[in-house]
Amino acid sequence: MTYFPEEVLEHVFDFLSSHRDRNAVSQVCKSWFRVERWSRHRVFIGNCYAISPERVIARFPRVRALTLKGKPHFADFSLVPHDWGGFVYPWIVAMAKSYPDLEELRLKRMVVSDESLELLSRSFPNFQSLVLVSCEGFSTDGLASIAANCRVLRELDLQENEVEDRRGHWLGCFPDSCTSLVSLNFACLKGEVNLGALERLVARCPNLRSLRLNRAVPLEALHKILTRAPQLVDIGIGSYVHESNSEAYVKLCNAVLNCKSVQSLSGFLEVAPCCLPAFYPICLNLTSLNLSYAPGIQGNELINLIRHCRKLQRLWILDYIGDKGLEVVASTCKELQELRVFPYDPYGGGNATVTEEGLVAISMGCPKLHSLLYFCRQMTNAALINVAKNCPNFTRFRLCILDPTKPDHVTLQPLDEGFGAIVQSCKGLRRLSLSGLLTDQVFLYIGMYAERLEMLSIAFAGESDKGMLYVLNGCKNLRKLEIRDSPFGDIALLTNVGKYETMRSLWMSSCDVTLGGCKALAKKMPRLNVEIINEKDQMMENSHDDGEKVEKMFVYRTLCGPRRDAPDFVWTL
Amino acid sequence: MDGAMGLLGGGGGGGSSGGSTDGSMSTVSKAEVVEQDYVGLMSEVSSYPAEAELELGLGLSLGGAMKAKPCAWREYGRILTAKDFPSVVSRGSSASSSSSSGRGTSTTAITGTKRTADTVAQDVGHANGASSQVVGWPPIRAYRINSLASQVKASTAEEDDHSIFGNDKNKNSAKKDTNNSNNKNNSNIQEKGCRRSSLFVKVNMDGVPIGRKVDLNAHSCYESLAQTLEDMFHRPTTTVNANRSSGEKEHNLMVEAAKSSRLLDGSSEFVLTYEDKEGDWMLVGDVPWGMFLNTVKRLRIMRTSEANGLAPRFQERDQRQTPAPRLRGSKPI
Repeated sequence: MTYFPEEVLEHVFDFLSSHRDRNAVSQVCKSWFRVERWSRHRVFIGNCYAISPERVIARFPRVRALTLKGKPHFADFSLVPHDWGGFVYPWIVAMAKSYPDLEELRLKRMVVSDESLELLSRSFPNFQSLVLVSCEGFSTDGLASIAANCRVLRELDLQENEVEDRRGHWLGCFPDSCTSLVSLNFACLKGEVNLGALERLVARCPNLRSLRLNRAVPLEALHKILTRAPQLVDIGIGSYVHESNSEAYVKLCNAVLNCKSVQSLSGFLEVAPCCLPAFYPICLNLTSLNLSYAPGIQGNELINLIRHCRKLQRLWILDYIGDKGLEVVASTCKELQELRVFPYDPYGGGNATVTEEGLVAISMGCPKLHSLLYFCRQMTNAALINVAKNCPNFTRFRLCILDPTKPDHVTLQPLDEGFGAIVQSCKGLRRLSLSGLLTDQVFLYIGMYAERLEMLSIAFAGESDKGMLYVLNGCKNLRKLEIRDSPFGDIALLTNVGKYETMRSLWMSSCDVTLGGCKALAKKMPRLNVEIINEKDQMMENSHDDGEKVEKMFVYRTLCGPRRDAPDFVWTL
Repeated sequence: MDGAMGLLGGGGGGGSSGGSTDGSMSTVSKAEVVEQDYVGLMSEVSSYPAEAELELGLGLSLGGAMKAKPCAWREYGRILTAKDFPSVVSRGSSASSSSSSGRGTSTTAITGTKRTADTVAQDVGHANGASSQVVGWPPIRAYRINSLASQVKASTAEEDDHSIFGNDKNKNSAKKDTNNSNNKNNSNIQEKGCRRSSLFVKVNMDGVPIGRKVDLNAHSCYESLAQTLEDMFHRPTTTVNANRSSGEKEHNLMVEAAKSSRLLDGSSEFVLTYEDKEGDWMLVGDVPWGMFLNTVKRLRIMRTSEANGLAPRFQERDQRQTPAPRLRGSKPI
């Protein structure tokens, strides 16, 4: 019961930004439910098929910011066929009718057509922020409509999308009256851009803080842009090739000196490392450095650059930095919180890369490290145990040993103990990716210790159904489980079916679950969609028997029943 | 026949639900590799062991060393071909399951099977720990893989240019430091089929009936190219003569003694343009050098007055609202 008038409640709820808090609050009583739903302006939907746009609109009538995620995570690695789904168009159509005040849209792994972008640009007069991550289906024509029609656009952030570049003049479509841009990231576009239009755009947007250029912006243009926007906080360099003694380079050095606010640097998509010293002055204040797309920066240039970055908190690099380079990082970057080491040459082998020694060095030198993505070719239990001891604060720990079933290279034992140490020591661990040779034992540890774990990625691991069951029975907060090429079958799938309704989704590919098992799951749990993805054979329903193993299965909870836009090769049981 | 990526070796040892003992070699041996069509990937059939060269194609190649040994891991950066993927559908009984599955020749994604420690050691001995070419492994976003691959191709071209002229001592030492650099060069050799030693293109200047040729690979940036061209077409005078008679041989260019070229900065009577692969005439200097090398067919030193609507390139303070420079007959950028 409450004596508070609803306006007071609403005011209090305004302070609640976390979705979980709001969800909790909405369950207290009918009155709170009502107040909360009218005051919720930001909605996060982790699986666009879990609910329909109409229901979202019915529940939350006044949404201004929406985040939507589409394809399962393994789609990033080409495990999900292209037309599987994740179309944003129906959402935009529905919102165009009901959310006139929409300001922000953030999409991840969705299919976005030019038509969607056009409709988006015309339907929401207050639209300010569009962030597309790992999406596909659109071209620069769609960007042109956003540029042309969104009058108060502040943010256009394209991260790692597959964009068809029609070499149009989309940058020139920003009207002269557009002065509101705060963030512009088009690094993933492959084609040329209108440099004059870019420069004029930068010149007339005084609030521009973040600018990430694509490869087609050469160094000569860069210095002019930096001169016009010395207030930039985040810069993504496009192409960076020039002789170090040329006039343009000198001009660039001066322009860089003027940029006193830069904290984040990325790009260097084509680079002549001799020119890197131009950036040393801003390295001192850098908190974020992403060189993972800069294969041209190697060896001494790389080390020298890093030596200047004492305040770094986030570092993304390629593995040719080597263990020695990581030691430099460990001794220089004491504030480091997030490290990602990507493989420069994932399909080759034996070149200089990083090993467990580099990881241990980092763990010793960087006590604040809590987020790790590390590709390497070898690992040992001892190293992982060491790391777990040095860094008990991991929230995200993703280790990928390039050879998928490689054991401890010293003892030739599975890596169960190493990962076990990680989950035991890092009580706040929310995300974990395993690799290397692993038995059921590691899952026993995970089930036992990883209480806060929300997302687990498993590949080529485990020995029997017990492994998967340890996880399903143990990890209370598990939301996403994705498994490939592991020997888990129907028993694992069906023993704890209630668990799946507490999770967002389960992905299993190339495991031992059978069609019959999937059917049983679908029958027991009507509020789950059990999708079988079989690209080869579209007459699945008739020609297969239940004993057959299922190639790819994606299970997710939903309030909407089977989706109507599923392609032929997806069979929802 | 080592079409197997080594993962097959341990067969069903990993413990299918049939409960086979782990660690033992199962019925699936490497000899049971069967060719399958691979889902989603282009299948470019190659005779597997004989294929020692790198095949061009999707940019999976990232500059690793070329291995001539016919071991399970060796081909890096190759398009996954039909022969790469065995028919293993499940661990433990690949042959029988593939027939009973009724899927005929349809394939599943590779199921990595468990391997014994022996197999592992053996393969480590063979290979350099290169990862197998299983779909979606290693788990790197396709965007990143493609992006890195195409950058390596572009940047190796430029690195070669730099190293030829010793412009960058650091870079040369860096090359010695890491194997990767060497391998990049190696891969460049294999990838392109030849190292780019010279790239001669025609250069014509308005009013000069006889053209020249210039080696673009002798330069690493626009500045030095423009300087060379100015020297080539240089007629020493002290004034800029506005005479535009096309028959004249004497042309008047003020040659800048300093480093920046007047051809590039728009202050001379002439501008430097090029014809690209698509047949359009473009202003030199807009795109990164490497991209320029890839698209240029020939050069033309054009009178500024003939380049319609061409705004001088490096306008510092001038707030022109004109549209982007556009050459007659070319597409807007």
